[in-house]
Amino acid sequence: MSGGEIEMIVIGGSAGALDAVGALLSALPPAFALPVAVILHLPPTQPSRLVEVLGAKTRLVTREPDDKEPIVPGTIYVGPPNYHLLVERRRAFALSVDPPVLFSRPSIDVLFESAAEAYGPRLAGVVLSGASEDGARGLARVRRGGGLTLVESPATAAVPVMPRAALQLGPADHVAPAAALGPLLARLAAPADSQEAR
Amino acid sequence: MTGSDESDPALSELLEAVYHRYHYDFRGYAEASLRRRVAAAVGQLRCAGLAELRERVLAEPRMFSELLRYLTVQVSDLFRDPTYFRAIRERVVPYLRTYPSLKIWVAGCATGEEAYSLAIILAEEGLLARTLIYATDIHPESLRIAEAGVYGLDRFAKFSESYRLAGGRASLSDYYVAQYSSAILDRKLRQAILFSDHSLATDVAFAEVELVSCRNVLIYFDRPLQDRALGVLRDSVRRKGFLGLGAKETLRFSAHAQAFTELVPEDRIYQRR
Repeated sequence: MSGGEIEMIVIGGSAGALDAVGALLSALPPAFALPVAVILHLPPTQPSRLVEVLGAKTRLVTREPDDKEPIVPGTIYVGPPNYHLLVERRRAFALSVDPPVLFSRPSIDVLFESAAEAYGPRLAGVVLSGASEDGARGLARVRRGGGLTLVESPATAAVPVMPRAALQLGPADHVAPAAALGPLLARLAAPADSQEAR
Repeated sequence: MTGSDESDPALSELLEAVYHRYHYDFRGYAEASLRRRVAAAVGQLRCAGLAELRERVLAEPRMFSELLRYLTVQVSDLFRDPTYFRAIRERVVPYLRTYPSLKIWVAGCATGEEAYSLAIILAEEGLLARTLIYATDIHPESLRIAEAGVYGLDRFAKFSESYRLAGGRASLSDYYVAQYSSAILDRKLRQAILFSDHSLATDVAFAEVELVSCRNVLIYFDRPLQDRALGVLRDSVRRKGFLGLGAKETLRFSAHAQAFTELVPEDRIYQRR
């Protein structure tokens, strides 16, 4: 059993994931009441255009978090280039310039593992299209913490390596095309009375 | 295991032991990245867990040196975040020019790249001869590397590009001599910098300076320790002097925000009131 009351969503992807994240974010209603943190591997150009690109897909506030920024519902947080993005237990972001993990900084595993420490079963993790194995360990950690796990279907992902790697470490609660994952997330933030028993 | 607000007791015990035995204080470090670093040390140093790591660190000073490497080492680049160095040159140097002599403090200098980047800018602006740069860190090994000013030649293609983006006036190769696979930075740069041991967690201000550059150091501290460290930095910056932080660091959540105004918000450069 997993799910229950989700309080944060973490999303990771790399090659081919930009469209998937876009589809996912555009499915969230303007009153969406959860915080969402997104890591996409992109060449580390500065300043990053990712906030602009993703911000155009949603009416929710989209920003790169500063160090120690409190996590606020209804906000899309984008991992800044060249930093790892972590979640502290008192539910604020922290950043680090520690070495890349699996050649990536930001690393999806680093975000997911720290968020799982902080939120446990109240976390939902989403692994999207990508060409590396980043995210697999992180999603396994989300699962071990009792959180909800979602993976873009390898059959429809632009690059299936990352979703496949995530599923190799264990089953996910939902495996679906990106277009179907958005509405699933939108329902997570629905009021308690409309939540179905699982 | 579920999420919780409690800090990990085994981790706290390790940090207490390190503090009491070796007087290095990591107790106020931000937990999420500290946990990753300690976990890496446990694995690489072949310990069964935090308890064994603590035992061995207490028993063997050499083991502590090893652990210290995991807890402190940061790698930076020459002109990391070129827009910051461009802003220093274009927005801060005009003020610095008005002082007959200059003191600059690079707090948490790691292996020295940032101190040398500032020295190069000051040299090009004709200010280096009247400047003393203090560059401090808590990690003795990093300070030795910093003081030597020798870096892998393979890193310089990237450094040169950053230097150019930072508004460099010449060619970065004017500032080093290549020898085999190493680049040795110019002696004039090295002579302008005084490397020494200083801890933002336990030491106090030691000089009044015109500019403090402290980048990607505070991100490793929790909020109370950040405030302590920022207090030290505030006490070190003279009136109308400058404080530069990392690209994602901010005074917004700090008790010391009122002591500064934002000079270049996008590059996190502040001016002391």
